[in-house]
This record gives sequence, C-alpha cells and structure tokens, in this order.
Amino acid sequence: MDNNLIVSVSPHVHGKRTTSNVMLDVVIALLPAAIAGTVIFGMRAAVLCAVCVASCVVFEFLFTKLCKRPTTVGDFSAVVTGLLLAMNVPATLPIWQAVVGSFIAIVIVKCLFGGLGCNFANPAITARVVMLIAFTGTMAAAVPPQAIAETVDLATYATPLSVLPNGVLPEATLMDMFLGVRGGALGETSAAALLVGFVYLLVRKVITWHTPVVFIGAVFALAFAITGDVTTALYYTLSGGTFIGAIFMATDYVTSPSTAKGKIIFALGCAVITTLIRFYGSYPEGVSFSILFMNVLNPYIDKWTMKKPFGGVKA
Amino acid sequence: MSFFGIKGVHVPHRKHTADCHPERMPIPKTVVIPMAQHIGAPAKPVVNVGDTVGVGQIIGEAAGFISAPVHASVSGTVKKIDTMANSNGGTMTAITIESDGEMRPHESVVPPTVTSYEEFVAAVRASGIVGLGGAGFPTFVKLSVKDLSQVQEVVLNGAECEPYITADTLTMTDRADDIFEGIQLLEKYLGVKKVIIGIEDNKPQAIKAMQELSKKDSAIVVKPMPAAYPQGGEKVLIYNTTGKTVPEGKLPLDVGCIVMNVTTLACIAEYVRTGMPLVEKCLTVDGSAVATPKNVIAPIGASMKDVFDFCGGFKEEPRKVMYGGPMMGIAVPDLDQPILKNTNAILAFNDKDATLPDETPCIHCGNCINHCPLNLNPPAIAKALNSGDGAEIAKTKVNICMECGACVFVCPAHRMIVHRNKLAKAELRAYQTKLAEQKKKEEENK
Repeated sequence: MDNNLIVSVSPHVHGKRTTSNVMLDVVIALLPAAIAGTVIFGMRAAVLCAVCVASCVVFEFLFTKLCKRPTTVGDFSAVVTGLLLAMNVPATLPIWQAVVGSFIAIVIVKCLFGGLGCNFANPAITARVVMLIAFTGTMAAAVPPQAIAETVDLATYATPLSVLPNGVLPEATLMDMFLGVRGGALGETSAAALLVGFVYLLVRKVITWHTPVVFIGAVFALAFAITGDVTTALYYTLSGGTFIGAIFMATDYVTSPSTAKGKIIFALGCAVITTLIRFYGSYPEGVSFSILFMNVLNPYIDKWTMKKPFGGVKA
Repeated sequence: MSFFGIKGVHVPHRKHTADCHPERMPIPKTVVIPMAQHIGAPAKPVVNVGDTVGVGQIIGEAAGFISAPVHASVSGTVKKIDTMANSNGGTMTAITIESDGEMRPHESVVPPTVTSYEEFVAAVRASGIVGLGGAGFPTFVKLSVKDLSQVQEVVLNGAECEPYITADTLTMTDRADDIFEGIQLLEKYLGVKKVIIGIEDNKPQAIKAMQELSKKDSAIVVKPMPAAYPQGGEKVLIYNTTGKTVPEGKLPLDVGCIVMNVTTLACIAEYVRTGMPLVEKCLTVDGSAVATPKNVIAPIGASMKDVFDFCGGFKEEPRKVMYGGPMMGIAVPDLDQPILKNTNAILAFNDKDATLPDETPCIHCGNCINHCPLNLNPPAIAKALNSGDGAEIAKTKVNICMECGACVFVCPAHRMIVHRNKLAKAELRAYQTKLAEQKKKEEENK
C-alpha cells in the first residue's frame, strides 16, 4: 500500500505516565529526606547517596551489557534503589560496604531475578538486611547527629530504639524525633522530611494513602497497646525506619499488593512483625525484616484480594 | 463495587467539534457499500452489476435472524460486486455504485404503516438500522422481546465518552424532536414506562436539550454522569443509571433494560416518519492531521478519502487513520475504507499523535486493576495467557472484557493489555470449543 499509515491495536491514545517519570517522582519525593540527612549527619551522607546511586546504575548497566540485553538504566529505577539504599545506612558506613550493598541490591536481588518488575523482594530492603548481618558493626553503629556529636559520649551514645525497651525515654525530645535530630540511618530519621515526600507522592498519585497510613498507624497502636503510654508509643512510631519503610519501601509497586484491600493487609502484617521484633526480638529494629517477610507473602495477598469481576459467574 | 458507581479514567476530551453543526458533504462519484456492517450474518446482495438503483433501495437483504438489510445510499448504477479487505483483516462482499448525481429516491421509499408492536419491529428491521454507537448490533433484534412486561426501562446512551466524537451530542442538540418521537414510539408500541438518558456532564448543551424533553414527558429522566471513560460501555451505563448489574453471559434485557444509542433512536423515528432507511450517517471528522475538523453527514459507502477531502484534506501527513474514537477505534491500512452505518467518527493523527511509547516491563503498579470498570486483572490474564492453559484463562473472566482500553491508558509501562486480552479471548474460545467437542465425543462413546 502506498502510504505511511500505522495499523495497531486500540487504544490509540495513551496516558502521559511512564515508568521513568514515576521513578523520577519517587526520587524527587526522597530528596527532602536526603537533604535532611545531609544537614543532620553532614556531607558524608550526601557522599554515600552519590556512591549508592552511581554504583547501582553502573551495576545495572554492566549487568545488562554483560547479558547482551537492552540497557534499562533509563527507567531510573536503579537510581531509586540506590537512593533508598543510601537512606538506609548510617552516615559513617565505609564506602566499599556501600558499593557491596549496591551490588547485592541490583545484581543479586533485581537483575538475577529478571530485572525491573520481576524481583520478588525489595532490592534496597534486602540489601539492608544482608548488610545488617554481614557488616553488623558498621551498619548498626549509633551515629549521633552532627549537632550533638561534640557533646555526647560516642562510646555510650545509643539510638532511641536501643534504649526504649529498657523503659528509658531517649534524650531526644519528640520534636527532635519528628525533625530527625537523633541517631539512625542517614535518611530514616526525619519524619518531617519523609512526610513531605509522602504528600508529594500522594499529590502525584504515585502511591495511595493505604500502606503508609495503616503501617504507621498500626505501629503506634500496637506500641500503645503494649506499653500503655502515648509518649512511649510516639517514640516507637518516630524511631527506626518506620516512616521511610512505610512511605517508600512497603509501597514499592513490584513487591507490594495492587488493591487497596491487599495494601491494608500488607501494611498490617508489616506493623505486627515490626512490633514483635522491636519488643521481643533480638534486633532493636524490625522494619526491614517485616517488609522483606511481607514481600514473600505478597503474591498470596495479591491472589487473596483479587477483585470479583463485574457480574462474573463462577467458572 | 463503589457506592458512587463505576469510576472511570480521565481521558482527554478533545471535543473540538461540539459546536460544529453537521454539514452534508457533496455526493461522491462512487460509494462502496459492504454487506457486513453489523454483528451477525452479512446481507445477501440482491442487485446485479449494471442495475440502476435509487436511494433507499434494498441492495442486500438480511440473511438470517441476526442480520440487517443494506440499502443504496446514492442513485446510479451498480458497477461491481466483489470482495474487499475489511478493517479487521478479513474480507467482505461489497457493492460499488457509481452515482448519477441525482440522489433520486427509490419508489419503495414510503413511510411504513406502523400500528402495532409487530409492525413497529418489522419497520425497524426494514430500516436497516443497527446500533449506531459503534457496536452495530441489529436494533430490531434488541426490540424483539417475547414478554413486553419484562422491559422495565429503556436506557438511552448519550454518554459519548470517547475523546473527539461529538456526533451524538449534535443528535441530542439538533435532533431532539426525533429523539422525542422515538421515545413516544417506544412508549406506544413497547409499553415503556421509563426512559433514562445517560449523558456525561461535559456536554451541558445536550443535557439541557434532553431536559427540555423530560419537561414534556414525565417518563423521561435525564441522568448526567461524571465525564469518566467508559461511561458509555453498556454494562457500565446500566450500572451507573439504574444500579443493576448485568451478569456475565446475560443480556441487558435479562435485568429489564433495553439500551439504545440516542442517534439510533432518532434514526428509527425518522424512518417511521419518512420511510427513508439508514443511508447516511453523521460523523465527526477530527484528529491532528485534519485541516478543518467538522461533523459531516456522509452517505454510507463514501470513502474516507472523500470525507477527509470535504474537511479540507490534511494539514499534515496522516500517520494513523481510524474508525471511531481513539480508545476503541480501529486503525485502517488505507483511505479507501468506506463509511459504515456504525461509523460515528473518522480520525486522522499526525506523526506525533500516531507514535505511541514502547512497551516496557510491568512494574505491578496496579493501575490497570484499579481502573478496570469491570474489575478484571490484566496481569493475571497475561500470566494465564502465557501459561497457555485454557482453564486458567477461563478463571480470569477475560471473556467479559469490553476492550475499552482504560487499562492501557493508565499503564505507565504502556503494556499492550487490550492486545493480550484479545489473544486470551481467542485462546479461551478455542479451549471451550475443544472442551465441547470432547464432551460430545465422550457422550457418543457411552
């Protein structure tokens, strides 16, 4: 036929969303927390962010080249993984350990399972868990915020979660906790900055409210039920990685349920496991373990919460 | 299901032609009239090459119950009766008529005698009218109701949820009297007590015109609906106007509804009044490659090229041309394709609009699942399709998919979900046929 007409299946008009602009939105949403981390813990935080992002992107690029597959770094998902991983490590982590973590996240958890969309667990979370076990000393280090680093005794400085189970309230005030002026991983401490990112993701309709609200709400409710004290429960809620986990990790598309009902079940599961580990486990923090565990259950949750087709009769 | 009704997807409206009153195009030199312009058996040609025909003369008669007659849309001479490629990739019989330019009506065109339900249905059958919203289901079949008391309400589809198309909107504003006459026919011969007109709220002028009708007849209820695609999907429209769910494998009539497009009803009224069958169609001509988008009244069988030429031709090279709206429209390989009875728009896109993003891996965001008006699960369908297991495909209920394309529209990975669903449906049909054959064999062996 003497023309240039394209014949393709409908629809002939698509929405403006693409995988890469969704991923960019997540990067933008993480920036306030990354900046807060740098302000709180110093330039080392920014360096770690850059190292993790760069090594994640490079590892993905090399892997796809090595396997002779089309390169996928353009979708920015490796940037998201790298940034998330950096947020989950203390600002004092040795650079080489950050690179190893990036390798675990991108090559082992993501690429070996088939790349974007095929990994069963969140790459950043899994890498954090592996590093926590492999590099316990540097990963679990209690790094005080710069502002108080001069005044505290580094030998006895503890993160809120390591003192809370002893019935002791941390030295940081609740406002410090909310703003992030406390010990912890470089991007997890500032609930305020993470909430800014949450609002951005909601406005951009990247995620829905279900997972974060239920996760954080249930962590508070469970802590209150166990301790019977609102202040202690608030400390628990603002401690560790509750906010970054609930807003950025438990909402990962690939490894969390698709329907509202599924998201609520997933978030409740995360909150319960987090609380069990915090109160009764040997690790002070349980957010990463809980999300990893629920990642494994995700296919089943998706199956259980599948919607009923409109007017469908049993096959 | 949501309390607020089935929600949809916010597709761009692009109703540029909403104020363009239809213009009748000049008589084309030739028209090519396919025998298959409806769901069901193609009509059988009843004229021969060389015959002189008049406007409205039967040139193809209905073959079977679910079928519709086809009429000459111009007066002139039958030049060819042959097969041509249709837009689905198959072939169809078509009659080519060379126009004499006179548009002389055939002597058979006289108003039908309609005094009873049977005569009314017979008239609708003779008119050749099929579902003009796009589906092309012969309308008289819908009206052939064994027990008239079954019909609780008629839902008139004025949703027009596809982007660009304004043909139904103009029927509602310019032909409100025809719609009113049609409603009166339904009341008189089918004993219809309630007529609900569903219209998306982005067409206030149409809503106003129809509300004028409800002032004259209390049986008419106008139901404005949020402009969210696909409000005009039959099951969606029924649910959002009456709250009823049409079960899988059942017809609207099984829940007491007859659904009809507003233009279909207006054409029925016109036929009963004049006796002129469906030989021309108002359609929206739009798209980024079209010089002057308009609403055009075109004789059935006019080529797309003639219609585009009437709209000033192309201002840019067309890269994709389609029947219908961009969400469910069928892309065509050339501009010789004829205007059909159920063509409500033809669109021509420039290079920018015709080029769609490439498919990237599914990231399981759930957008498709959360936006499917029928609660289907596209990733599960794709998985079942990959497995090649018919029983698994059957479980996904892909058979109820209306291919509205809302899933693809919201997909950030631009997955070809409609494409896969079509494949899954074909696999499912093959599986069910095989199953039925096996069952038959087993019974024979017993």
